[in-house]
Amino acid sequence: MGVSVQPLIDFVTSPITIAYVVLIFVVFFSLQISAAVLVLAERKVAAFAQQRLGPYRVGWWGVLQPLADILKLLFKEELRPKAADFWLFYLAPVISATTAFAAFVVIPFGPPTDLFGLLPEPINLQGMDVNVAVLIVFAITSMGVYGIVLAGWASNSKYSLLGGLRSSAQMLSYELSYGLALASAILLGNSLSLREIVDGQSATMLGGLIPSGWFLWPSFFGFVIYMIAGVAETNRAPFDFPEAEQELVAGYHTEYSSMSFALFFLAEYINMVTVSALATNLFLGGWHWPFPLAWGWPFGVLNWLLKVAFLLFFYIWMRWTLPRYRYDQLMSFGWKWLLPAAVVNVILVAAGVVYFS
Amino acid sequence: MISLDAILFYLFGAVTVASSLAVVTQRNPMHSVLFLIGSFLALAGLYINLDSPFTAVTQIIVYAGAIMVLFLFVVMLLNAPREDVASPYGPAYVTLTTGPRRAFALLSVVLVVELVLAMRQFVSASQPSGPDAAAHVSSVRQIGIAIFTDYSLAFEATSVLILVAMVGAVVLAKKRL
Repeated sequence: MGVSVQPLIDFVTSPITIAYVVLIFVVFFSLQISAAVLVLAERKVAAFAQQRLGPYRVGWWGVLQPLADILKLLFKEELRPKAADFWLFYLAPVISATTAFAAFVVIPFGPPTDLFGLLPEPINLQGMDVNVAVLIVFAITSMGVYGIVLAGWASNSKYSLLGGLRSSAQMLSYELSYGLALASAILLGNSLSLREIVDGQSATMLGGLIPSGWFLWPSFFGFVIYMIAGVAETNRAPFDFPEAEQELVAGYHTEYSSMSFALFFLAEYINMVTVSALATNLFLGGWHWPFPLAWGWPFGVLNWLLKVAFLLFFYIWMRWTLPRYRYDQLMSFGWKWLLPAAVVNVILVAAGVVYFS
Repeated sequence: MISLDAILFYLFGAVTVASSLAVVTQRNPMHSVLFLIGSFLALAGLYINLDSPFTAVTQIIVYAGAIMVLFLFVVMLLNAPREDVASPYGPAYVTLTTGPRRAFALLSVVLVVELVLAMRQFVSASQPSGPDAAAHVSSVRQIGIAIFTDYSLAFEATSVLILVAMVGAVVLAKKRL
């Protein structure tokens, strides 16, 4: 064969390629660690909300509790109901976890940087810069529902089936409001690329009339609608119908144990991180400070992480503060209030964009 | 030396064809729906290979996402039975009498002929190439301008059609409004 492999070797060994591969691993493991941190945060916040101490025996202040949880789950017996559909029963948690991780690939978390001169040219702090990034996140998240629906169906148990049915109805209903809230940020950013949308929030708006460039200000209701629909999309309280304990035992994952259950658990927390990260990038200015400031990229990343952490805290705070809705209330709220509000918001934002540009 | 594009095309094409075949050969309606989703996803891969990520993502959101969830929902709600009931002639003969069977056979012949004609036309037509063609397909702005200027009549007609279908569905489902 006269084919030269030298270009391939050059490509693989170039610093930029290596940097991106390292970056992807960093994102992947950070997501897993964030899920572990969230488990601890959830238990601690719940404890404080209920005036308890929470886990405090494993490690200092209970910081190693997630590790103990993971070990416990690993060593549990893997059970499968006899009447379950073999392939789909094991495919469902894999779909859940895969879609949760995959959605994060296109989400940027910092300005371009050369890592203090370590690299010949700046790289984007993002798995991959795609020009339809917002839609890709939306598409992959909408694939995530299959994990839950299939888990409900394949378990061949009535509680699981009811949980799966509820989740598909709920996600279908709230996806519309979610998409329309995304559309308001897309209109303001005049782009479908997350990086361009974030960079559109760096300056002031209307020639300094509004001192901050965050899309939160022109589309405040868009942000509120996005967060409500995001909570419903991730099946968290007060919209956690697919796993309503009092009615459905544990909903779609009633029949799952050990690592298959852990994958659903992991997927739920990573979906929370994805929704919060997307909200940060679309409405809270990403790594930009509220007012134009030119600090270095580490502060940008820190800023981004703080915003995401606040939104995640908000999630947990909601869960331990608000009671669950009734199912008919969920449906009438989604279709009769949230969706019309989202449509009005998009029309207003679009009118504003046309008027001021 | 075979290019990467070609390898990906044959890969996604093979997955699309194989899962589409599996859709009609599966006895379990749930598995059929899943293979249909797989086929749609592979089709999205083909669109990406054609440098039109927007079409690919729309394909996933609309077909693989929204519509197939509805399919799954219906299959789960109706609890459709497996089609492997015992029959001396095989499962397809259980429900169909001679008349519909002939009609279906005729229809499939027509479809195959149409497919062959369409493919011949496609192969003979000169394909647009170069950076301009790729930019035209992939740009959301270009698609939007085309829909609302050149194809505005078709677009409006389609939206009216969908509205009529929606109102019709509500009227049919609700006995008393």
